[in-house]
Amino acid sequence: MLSSQTKSNEIIFGSCNKDLLEEIIFYGIRLGADFVEIFIENTDNSSVLAEEDFITSVSPSFGRGAGIRIFKGKKDGFVSTNDLTKNGLMRSVSQAIEMLDITDNKKEVFNGLNKHMDYSLSKQKWINEVPSIHEISEKLLVSTKSLKKNNKIITRKGSYSRNLQEVIIASSDGTYVSDIRLHQTVGLNVIASDAQYRSSGSRRFGSSGMPNEFRLWDHEKAANDVFESSMNMLYADYVDAGQMPVVLANKFGGVIFHEACGHLLETTQIERGTTPFENKLNEKIAHESVTAIDEGISEGSFGSLSVDDEGMEPEKSVLIKDGILKKFISDRAGELRTGHKRTGSGRRQNYSFAAASRMRNTYIAKGEHSKEDLINSINEGLYCKSMGGGSVGATGQFNFAVEEGYLIKNGKLTSPVKGATLIGEAKEVMPKISMCGNDLELAPGFCGSISGSVNVTVGQPHIKVDSITVGGR
Amino acid sequence: MNSREITTQISKAADFLNLKKWDYGASFSNDYSVQVDKGEAKQLKASQKQILTIRVWNQSNLVGITTTSDISESGIKKALKQANIASDFGNKNETTEFSPLAKDPITVKEVKKRNPVGIKKLLTLLRGAEVKLIESHESIKSVPYNGLTESFFERVYANSEGAFRSYSKSQAALYLYARAEEKNKKPRSSGSVKLGYGADDIDIESCIKEASNKTISHLNYSSIKTDKYLICFSPDSFLTIINAFSSMFNARSIIDGVSLSNKNSIGEKLSTEALNIYDDGLHEKNISSTPFDGEGTPTKRLCLIKKGRIENFIHSESTARIFKTTPTGHAGLGSKVSVSPDWIVVEKSEENFDLKTSLDHSTYEGEFVYIEELNAIHAGVRASQGSFSLPFDGWLYKNGKKISIESATVAGDIKYLFNNIVNIESSQEVTTSGISPHIWVDELSITGDA
Repeated sequence: MLSSQTKSNEIIFGSCNKDLLEEIIFYGIRLGADFVEIFIENTDNSSVLAEEDFITSVSPSFGRGAGIRIFKGKKDGFVSTNDLTKNGLMRSVSQAIEMLDITDNKKEVFNGLNKHMDYSLSKQKWINEVPSIHEISEKLLVSTKSLKKNNKIITRKGSYSRNLQEVIIASSDGTYVSDIRLHQTVGLNVIASDAQYRSSGSRRFGSSGMPNEFRLWDHEKAANDVFESSMNMLYADYVDAGQMPVVLANKFGGVIFHEACGHLLETTQIERGTTPFENKLNEKIAHESVTAIDEGISEGSFGSLSVDDEGMEPEKSVLIKDGILKKFISDRAGELRTGHKRTGSGRRQNYSFAAASRMRNTYIAKGEHSKEDLINSINEGLYCKSMGGGSVGATGQFNFAVEEGYLIKNGKLTSPVKGATLIGEAKEVMPKISMCGNDLELAPGFCGSISGSVNVTVGQPHIKVDSITVGGR
Repeated sequence: MNSREITTQISKAADFLNLKKWDYGASFSNDYSVQVDKGEAKQLKASQKQILTIRVWNQSNLVGITTTSDISESGIKKALKQANIASDFGNKNETTEFSPLAKDPITVKEVKKRNPVGIKKLLTLLRGAEVKLIESHESIKSVPYNGLTESFFERVYANSEGAFRSYSKSQAALYLYARAEEKNKKPRSSGSVKLGYGADDIDIESCIKEASNKTISHLNYSSIKTDKYLICFSPDSFLTIINAFSSMFNARSIIDGVSLSNKNSIGEKLSTEALNIYDDGLHEKNISSTPFDGEGTPTKRLCLIKKGRIENFIHSESTARIFKTTPTGHAGLGSKVSVSPDWIVVEKSEENFDLKTSLDHSTYEGEFVYIEELNAIHAGVRASQGSFSLPFDGWLYKNGKKISIESATVAGDIKYLFNNIVNIESSQEVTTSGISPHIWVDELSITGDA
């Protein structure tokens, strides 16, 4: 909260820094910058790890820093520093100007910062409302104890992390905002073993802006879920490789859309010339049953924001409507370089990264079918109940591990199988998503890309892909 | 503040807070990087970073930790206070101490520290590299992933018993990933990464040539039939596999129950007697070497597999104490100290009589799959279960022809892979993650589209 107007030679969180910020921005404009943006961050994080029946790690961390970005034409120079003094910030501006080799005399006009938009007003109390380390430790230990359901479970882990980030964003278009972001995540992992058989299970939960959420987390349900998954997979056979229809479960099943298609709809991919969808706006790129959305506004979702890292409120972007490509995910540089309007999607891991167009809460909208409809429609195929991680190559090819899979035979789920990998390309797979369920659910995750690791939500209802390559043994 | 002043500052603040036992690790860096897009500067970046990690032991000898980027006097005091509070939750089940080797002499490689060449020169070098790479073949249309960086950093470790180590160095990296497009064909992409102590040391020409050759070599591709194949792993891909399953040699992973090995695995036969594997962070070819680990233990060469059998595990201070041995210089600072390998060196031992030496990737005329590069390691490896299923770039060699494989994964089990090594070629190659010869493995599953 801005409590008082102070004349300071250093950025002070909780005070008004307007004069200092204006001075620094004006300095950059005077040196020939087209645009100056300042992102300042103060963090207060902590994490706790429980292994078996002990707390084995409590790790608080804190820090602060600034990222200064200067645009000249379509080029940008970015400098990050831990020095938040006026001299330190001025030095960073000079360094960015020098990097861009700005010598022309054409000067942009800077009319000062707009009225301060303070999104942090109702959030100041969060730091006092989040659970204490004692409270977290106790609940994590109860959770790991809940995982000990038989002697086949040989490793049990519970982890919690809390990130509180206070930001100030100011730029030469007048933007001047402050915000506080709170993200909490908790995860459970087990390894099960019996003779030569081994399996693992894991689940992660997360929220944004909800200090009480960890207290409400149903650890018993989570522990049962993880345990059952590991037991189901313990004696599973390896899946046979081949082309087959698959049903992907809801929640984290959406990671495939996020990785395989969502990234290709970020303007950074247009800038690089690496998306096959660049010139496909208003063209059909997916089956008509597919509508896909990226937004930053769902209350409490892990990828939600009050304001993005460039000071813009996030919008709800319908990326694909009934199979037709409608929009790209864009940030300031994306708008400048590709012409696609900003969507409130300029995001970064922290002050040491320049913002880039990144997904927030991204999901396939619900359809009209039940999960059973999808499974019943398949004679022989694979049900992917839980997805592991995955990646997309430079030419758009994706690869995802199936953590928990079951064979489908004659429209029924049968034996569990392990070692399955889904392989394909977005532009080939998107038209094959022929059925969407009515059970949309979201799941939290971390997305690593050009501007670092950011909190996101992936999601979908159950979906059916008519044919995809399944890697196996 | 320089590192000596920070040590003094921490010592004073610890005295003031009545904290008797502490240590810290810190890194201070200045990084510069450039990216280009068709001759134009795309993003130019400079960063100044400082990270300080402080551990504090309380009166019950339990450890607490804090990490911060604020190395001001008040930041250091706050970090010590937070670490002290965290120590109330210290692990009672497994204590941590200073490394007994934290004051032993260290071996520092004789490398001249380079000076920054500056953003402008980095930009000029990268622009030139991009132009040459695009001009190297008509199908190469762009270099969508590229970058040239130089870093200058100092690493420090010190503790309340007077240990103090400091090490500064410079490093530069160039990466070029080209994209080739031909009519009615899928785009193909491949690239190269080169490291040096400074930007002027990087072999830019060989990076361009390698990126170009690799990209062009994949232009004529075909699907592969799903089946089991004789596999030749390139040095880079074999090192990727070894690093992905390094938990087999990691004492921390063994204690945590996430390794395929156990405390009694020393001496266990994994592979042909022809296989030796070392971890050698101080190897002269390792540009990224550091002379001590996060606990101040000197880095050293350690044999992991000798004549096909597990010879040693890598350790931190606490795992070494549990295993009744000495730390090996592989610790990362934390209240739960991590353990990880430095730089893997794979060699053919003298006991190599059982190898099929006719298998040579440059002369063998039979059918085999050559795996050039493995991808998506974080997604496709289950280290605790020993299994992997990984997409790769490579070729099918058949009937004297070499055809790029369009899209495929290789799947298997690490113990099966070790046990089915049928040849280790004689010539080693240096990569960014270690040194290895080509390694041949019989009968691994490949899933393709055909």
